[in-house]
Amino acid sequence: MSRIVVDPITRIEGHLRIEAVVENGRITDAYSSGTMIRGFEKILKGRDPRDAWAFTERACGVCTTVHALASVRAVEDALGIVVPKNAELIRNLMFCAQYVQDHVIHFYHLHALDWVDVVSALSANPDETSRLAQSLSAWPKTSPAYFTAIQQRVKAFVDSGQLGIFANAYWGHPAYKLPPEVNLLGVAHYLEALAWQKELIKIHTVFGGKNPHPNYLVGGAPCSINTDEVNAINTERLALVARLISEAIDFVEQVYIPDLLAVASFYTDWAAVGGGLSNYLAYGDLPTRSYNDPASFKFPRGAILGRNLSEVHEVNGRDAEEIKEYIAHSWYSYSGGDDVGLHPFDGETEFNFTGPRPPFEQLDVDGKYSWLKTPRWREHPMEVGPLARLLVGYASGSTEIQEVVNDALGRLGVPVTALFSTLGRTAARGLETRLVVHWMKEFYDELIANVKIGNTKTFAAELWDPSTWPADAQGVGLSEAPRGALAHWIKIKDRQIDNYQLVVPSTWNASPRDAKGQRSSYEEALLGTPVADPEQPLEILRTIHSFDPCIACAVHLYDPDGRLVHKLRFC
Amino acid sequence: MKTMPLSYWQAMQARGYSRREFLEFCSYAAAVAGLGSGAFSRVVEAFETKPRPPVLWLHFQECTCCSESFIRSSHPVVADIVLDLISLDYTETLQAAAGHQAEKCLHDTMEKYPGQYILLVEGSVPVKDDGVYCMIGGRTALQIVEEAAAGAAAVIAWGSCASNGCIQGASPNPTGATPIHKLIGPPVINVPGCPPIADVMTGVITHLVVLGHAPELDSQGRPKSFYSRRVHDTCYRRAYYDAGLFVEAWDDESARKGFCLYKMGCRGPVTYNACSVTRWNGNLSYPIQSGHGCIGCSEANFWDNGPFYQHLASFPGFGIESTADTIGTIIGVGAVAGVAAHAVSTNLRKRKLIREHIDESVRGPSGTGVSNPKGGEPR
Repeated sequence: MSRIVVDPITRIEGHLRIEAVVENGRITDAYSSGTMIRGFEKILKGRDPRDAWAFTERACGVCTTVHALASVRAVEDALGIVVPKNAELIRNLMFCAQYVQDHVIHFYHLHALDWVDVVSALSANPDETSRLAQSLSAWPKTSPAYFTAIQQRVKAFVDSGQLGIFANAYWGHPAYKLPPEVNLLGVAHYLEALAWQKELIKIHTVFGGKNPHPNYLVGGAPCSINTDEVNAINTERLALVARLISEAIDFVEQVYIPDLLAVASFYTDWAAVGGGLSNYLAYGDLPTRSYNDPASFKFPRGAILGRNLSEVHEVNGRDAEEIKEYIAHSWYSYSGGDDVGLHPFDGETEFNFTGPRPPFEQLDVDGKYSWLKTPRWREHPMEVGPLARLLVGYASGSTEIQEVVNDALGRLGVPVTALFSTLGRTAARGLETRLVVHWMKEFYDELIANVKIGNTKTFAAELWDPSTWPADAQGVGLSEAPRGALAHWIKIKDRQIDNYQLVVPSTWNASPRDAKGQRSSYEEALLGTPVADPEQPLEILRTIHSFDPCIACAVHLYDPDGRLVHKLRFC
Repeated sequence: MKTMPLSYWQAMQARGYSRREFLEFCSYAAAVAGLGSGAFSRVVEAFETKPRPPVLWLHFQECTCCSESFIRSSHPVVADIVLDLISLDYTETLQAAAGHQAEKCLHDTMEKYPGQYILLVEGSVPVKDDGVYCMIGGRTALQIVEEAAAGAAAVIAWGSCASNGCIQGASPNPTGATPIHKLIGPPVINVPGCPPIADVMTGVITHLVVLGHAPELDSQGRPKSFYSRRVHDTCYRRAYYDAGLFVEAWDDESARKGFCLYKMGCRGPVTYNACSVTRWNGNLSYPIQSGHGCIGCSEANFWDNGPFYQHLASFPGFGIESTADTIGTIIGVGAVAGVAAHAVSTNLRKRKLIREHIDESVRGPSGTGVSNPKGGEPR
C-alpha cells in the first residue's frame, strides 16, 4: 500500500491537491483538497447588489461570465425584474461562446496531454497523418507538408533541450495508446485551437467590452442596439458575431468532434474507469422563452439518482430541504456543530484551519482537510457538469440531446452505460459543445429577427433605482457553468447585500467527505482507477481532468457576522 | 549541465519561419513595446542574438484571468513566443507535468539559471495565519514566492491581484491578501488590470526581453508606456463629455447614440490604463465602447471606491495636464452638481488642451514615456 500525493494538480484552474491510496496497482481510497481561499462572500456584505456581478465574476477567469450571469439572475429574482428578450438572447450568446471556447481549451490544452504523447509525434509519418486527417473531416489544413512542418517544430523544440511546458511529463508512459500519427494530429490541433480560441471569444468583447471578465448589468445587457449608429451594436458588430459563430461551427464539427471520437476510439477501456457517483444534478440553462420559464431551457433542470434514467427528480433552489452545505471535513466551523448541513440562505462559516502547518508532506484526512465545503442535494452527493447535463437532458426526453448522444455512442460502438466513466465525461463535454455551437446560431438568428422588426430593447429600467426596491428581498440565481450546476443566493436588506452565498460546480465535485463519510465526485471516481507506476500517476490526472477542475471558484468563505475564530497574525 | 538556449531567430528558423516572417515579428514586437521605428534594427539584433530566457509563472490567490488574457494575445507569432520562444518552464495552467514532477521543473530552473530567469506572479499572497490560505505542494505561497524571487533577474506582477491585492484585498481583506511588491524587494514591474490587456502583457515581456531591462515605471511600479494616460483622456467618447452629452439611463436614446457614460458611474476619469488606445481582444472594443462604464479595474482599491454605478462627484482639473503620480486614485463619491457645472465650463483653455492632447496622441510626446520616436532607451 502506498500513498500518492499529486500537488499541484496542473492544467486546471486553481489549487488542488489529491492524495490517493494505491494497493496492487489500483486506487483504493482518495482525498481531494482545495488549498486556497480568498473570502468573496464576506467581502460582498454591505455592497450594492447591482455591483455583485462584477465581484463574483472574479471568482473565476477561466469560466469568466458564469458568475456574473448567476449573480444578475439572483438579484433580478430577488427584486422581481424580468429582462427584455434581447438581453436574454445576448446573455445566451455569451453563454454559448463561453462554453465552446472553454470546452475547446479544456480538451486541447488542459486534458489532451493526458492522452496525447507529444514526444511520440516525432516518429509519425506525416503522410499517414494527412491521410488520417482527411478521412476524419473536411477541415482544410491536412496536407502532408503541413504536418511535416508541425513535426519539425516539435523536433526543434525537443532538440533545443529546453522543453518548457512539456518538461518532466509522463511521455512514454505505457498508458499512452495513440499511434504516433494520431499524436501528431493532436499536437497540430493543440496549436490551431490555441490560435482559434482567441477569435471566438470576441463575441464577449462585442457585447461586454472585453474578455476575460466582460461586463454584465442587472436588468438587461449593458450594450444598446442601434443599426443607425456607429457607437452601438450595429450591423458591423452583428456581422462579426455571425462570422465567429460560423467559424466556431466549422471548428467544432471538423476538428474537435472528429478528434474527440478518434482519440476515444483508442481508449475505450476508459469507459469502464472513473464512473464515480451515480447521482447527477443539473439546474438547466439556455432559456428559449425566459429564465423564469425553466420548461423552455435547452438544458433541462433535474436530478438523477442511482443512474436511473427513467426518473428525473425536480430541483428547487429555494427549498431549504434540498441543497445544504456541510463542513465535517472542511476548515470551517458552524455555530450549531460541525455535523449539521445549512441551506445557503442560512449558511454560516468561520475559518477553522486545523491542518498541518506548512511545509507538510501529508494532510490529516481523518479530520478536516480542505477549504471546500461539501454540498449535498437531499443528503446525496451529486456529480455536476457536462455528463450530468446530458444525462438529465437525455432522461428528460430532449430529442436534440438524445440524437447527439446516440449518434456518438453508435459511432464508438458502446452502450449508454459507457457514459458513466472518465471517457464518458470527456465525451459528454464534446457532445454538448456540438449542441451549444448550433444553438448559438439559433439565438443569433432570433436576435436578428427582433432587430429586423425594430425591437432593439436591451434593458428593463423599471426597478434599476434602489428607491423602488422593497426593504428586504432574497433571491437565487441558477445557471449551468461549463463545469456544472452553479447557483448564487442573495439576501438584500436596506438595499444592501446582507448575505451572499455561492455554491459552484467544483464545490460539488471536488469537495471532501460529508459528515456521513460519503465521498464527493473526485474521490469516488478515483476508486478502482489503475495506476501503472505510482511515480507517474498519469491515470489520476485523466480522471480528475475529466471533470475540468476549477478550484478558485470552488473555495469560498462566508461569515455573516464578521466573526473569526482564529486570532489573526501577520507574518 | 547548463544548456545554452537557442536565440529567437534560431528558434524561429528551427520552426520553419522565414526571415521575412521573423522581421515582421520584430516589427510587431517593437510596436507593442512602444518603440518607434528607429528601434527596429536594435530589436532585430536583440532577437537574433539573445538566448531565450527561462520564465517561471507562479499562481497564488487569483482566478487565472491573467493567464487567460495572456493567451488572447492578438498576434500569432507572439502566441508562439509565449509557448516556444521564451522557455516557459513552470506554469500550473499549461504545463504537462503535475505534482512533484512539476515542482521539479520549478526547482531545476531556479538552480540552473540563478539570476537569469524571469519570474511572473499571478495572484496575491495571503499573509494572515502563517499563510495557510494558499498552499501549493504543502508549502505556503509566501514561502514559494520568497524563494523564487531571490534568484530572479526580473519580477513581473501580473494583474491587479499581484499588483494591488484586487478583490481578495477588498475590505475586510479576510486572508491578508498582499501584493507582491510588499513582500519582496524592488523592483517589481506591476501590470495591473482585472485582467491586464493581453497585448499589454506581451508588450511588457517583449520590452524586458528585447531591451534587457525594465520599461520605465511610474511611482506605482507600472510601465509608463501603458499606464500614463487616463482612460478618460484617450476615450473616443471624450468629445461627448466635453459637449455635456451624457447617458442618463441604460439603453436610453443617449446610450443608443453612444454618449459619455460619466453619469452612469464610469471610472475612466480616475483610471490609468491603455484600454481606450490598445483596446481589447485584437483592438476590437473596450468596456465603454460596448456601453458599460469603466469600473477602474487597474486601480489600487478599485473595489472599495464606492458603488460602481454612482458617478464620480468631481475629479481634479480636466486631467490632461495631470499625471498618474500626482492624482493616483483620488476619487469622490458624493453627489455634487459637478457634471452640470462642467457642461457649461467648456472653455478656450480646455479646447486648447484637448487639441494639444490629440496632437500628442498622434505624434507621441517627447519624454513622457508613452512612446519614444527616437528609438533610444526610455531612460
